[in-house]
Amino acid sequence: MQRLATLDFPSYRQKPARQRIAPPKDWLDLNLRELWNYRELLYFFVWRDLKVRYKQTAIGAAWAILQPFMTMLVFTLFFGRLAHIPSNGLPHPVFYYSALLAWTYFAGALQNSTTTIVENQRVITKVYFPRLLLPMAAVTSGLVDLGFGFIVFLGMLLYFKITPGGAILLMPFFLLLAVLTALGVGLWLSALNAVYRDVRYVVPFLIQFWMFASPVAYPSSLIPERWRWLYGLNPMSGVVEGFRWSLTGHGEPPSLLLAASTAMVLVLLAGGVMYFQKMEGTIADVV
Amino acid sequence: MSDIVIRAENLGKRYRIGERERYLALRDLLASAVSSPMRRFVSGKSFLSNGNHGSAHHGDENQSSIWALKETSLEIRQGEVVGVIGRNGAGKSTLLKILSRITKPTTGWAEIDGRVGSLLEVGTGFHPELTGSENIYLSGAILGMSKREITRKFDEIVSFAEVEKFIDTPVKHYSSGMYLKLAFSVAAHLEPEILLVDEVLAVGDAAFQKKSLGKMGQVSREGRTILFVSHNMTAIRALCSRAVLVRDGEVASSGTVTDVVDDYLLGVATEGSARDWPDPAAAPGNENVRISYMRVISGEGKPVITIDSGAEIKIGFENFRKNINLGCTVRVTNSEGVLIFVSSYRISSDGDSRCGIHHMKCRIPGHLLNAGRYSVDLIFGKDQRWMLFQIDSVVSFEVKNTATGRGSSMTLAPGVIRPLLSWSHSFEEESSLVNQL
Repeated sequence: MQRLATLDFPSYRQKPARQRIAPPKDWLDLNLRELWNYRELLYFFVWRDLKVRYKQTAIGAAWAILQPFMTMLVFTLFFGRLAHIPSNGLPHPVFYYSALLAWTYFAGALQNSTTTIVENQRVITKVYFPRLLLPMAAVTSGLVDLGFGFIVFLGMLLYFKITPGGAILLMPFFLLLAVLTALGVGLWLSALNAVYRDVRYVVPFLIQFWMFASPVAYPSSLIPERWRWLYGLNPMSGVVEGFRWSLTGHGEPPSLLLAASTAMVLVLLAGGVMYFQKMEGTIADVV
Repeated sequence: MSDIVIRAENLGKRYRIGERERYLALRDLLASAVSSPMRRFVSGKSFLSNGNHGSAHHGDENQSSIWALKETSLEIRQGEVVGVIGRNGAGKSTLLKILSRITKPTTGWAEIDGRVGSLLEVGTGFHPELTGSENIYLSGAILGMSKREITRKFDEIVSFAEVEKFIDTPVKHYSSGMYLKLAFSVAAHLEPEILLVDEVLAVGDAAFQKKSLGKMGQVSREGRTILFVSHNMTAIRALCSRAVLVRDGEVASSGTVTDVVDDYLLGVATEGSARDWPDPAAAPGNENVRISYMRVISGEGKPVITIDSGAEIKIGFENFRKNINLGCTVRVTNSEGVLIFVSSYRISSDGDSRCGIHHMKCRIPGHLLNAGRYSVDLIFGKDQRWMLFQIDSVVSFEVKNTATGRGSSMTLAPGVIRPLLSWSHSFEEESSLVNQL
């Protein structure tokens, strides 16, 4: 029999160390090295979601731009013009759109991650890969749409002759915070939906309610000073204000608010990973 | 001496059986948490069962959990091609799922040295909207190949699947044969050190199956370790160096392919050529029919079934469906897994079936079946379309290689059937050429 040494291993996956299969532990059991080894699969999942989504829609990529744009128009008309909600000195469209960029991404990521485990049940029950990849992919595919929306935003900045200022360099941080928030909540939702199938019907209401609890349609300066820390426990408050501030240079640099939000994000993420890992071993049995 | 690449110690897997409902709804959980806190809340949190297999259901109706696999240990060395055989529901697929890390064991542990590729299904990862070539990348990546590897093997995969012309059309337009061939082709080009295969060789037409078997053989000759679950004894005999028999969740025997296959067939056969169920509660059946006995005896009242005696299948059952077109079918399969024949009988064809105890006899003529062991499946149906009850391998019987009244033994001839054909001969004329040997 031919020796295995003559067979070639694909270079990106070195021969793994001896793997141990055992009943699941109760605490956090995160194997980051394994996740790194499977990074190409993450790319393929995102690629698949994007390809399928754009093949199936008539307007394709335009949807990524239309959604925040149309919402921005509606908000400008009803909240800005008619209800006269303040906008921190920014033209209303810019005020809303900068927040909607973050919000549309978040809402989309939540919708996708809730159903991803159930939608992929065939693959999950037949092949092994770290299940964490699925909510990660769900949360990542929205970034492409965010990119398109951002280009439109740059156009808006030009139109309204607004220059963002140095704060825009902090934009990647807020983007990361947005991704981590989406991932944290997404992990909870995807695991919950795999076990309790009606969770996905709750999600649209959750998102709607959450939007009004976040400074998307109004500035957080409306919230009285002493309640602002409580308001900040909503992780999206920090994200949305952060987006708006770094992209437009207007509004106050969020401080206490941001600190509260960031802390909340980390708690959600840690809890999400733990709950997800707990479900992971038996997801194949339940799904 | 090769290293041990798979070592499993006391692996066990328990599935909890719920109240027939597969999915929980959050509202139900909340409602029951309010109404009866303790019991329902705890059972609401338990994981519900996933497709429990046929034989496990008998007598397990009242239990809340079922051990699909119990205390299984095995050791597999590098380069071995091991066949895993056993009846449906014995736990073979569960074992493979645990070794593939798809599901976690309830007890025990296993250690695996090397990259594992699992072929538990054909078409893993395929998406109907994507084209053939896109699906090759997607499925290959999901199964564990790197992008570079897939690109390198792309042409080989396409030509093995014989779909060159259609590689850029979405697979939803493929015929089922093309789809299966492409899916198998991607999987067949996986190159892990350890391959776990679960009955995927039975796809496609006969020519493709032969090709697939050949590819499996080639893979095994490359020195990879393969764990191969199958019902096809011919494939197992052809490919495997060793076999393992799984029965009721445990490894019942392990050794050379011949020995283990014999143990398997012995297991099937010792359940007897005659089975009686005096107690209706324990008898196989459902709300439509319930079997009370099934026996296979020699035709013509002889003590032993031989090639020329033929056999008689006797069935006793109780029918609970009144006024339908009740039919009954038997299927006879040999020890190689080849289905010899299917025979049906219309018990009532005027919609006038009667409730109560019935007896049936089915005569298999002599000079039909060749010597060997056979197993019988029994199916009850309605209107020759709807299945009322089915039970596989319910009895088995052996045809001995003798013919009474024609000398004490006959040579063991190959072939699935052993008909007695009529031959004739006549001499035409003498020739002048003589061959002197």
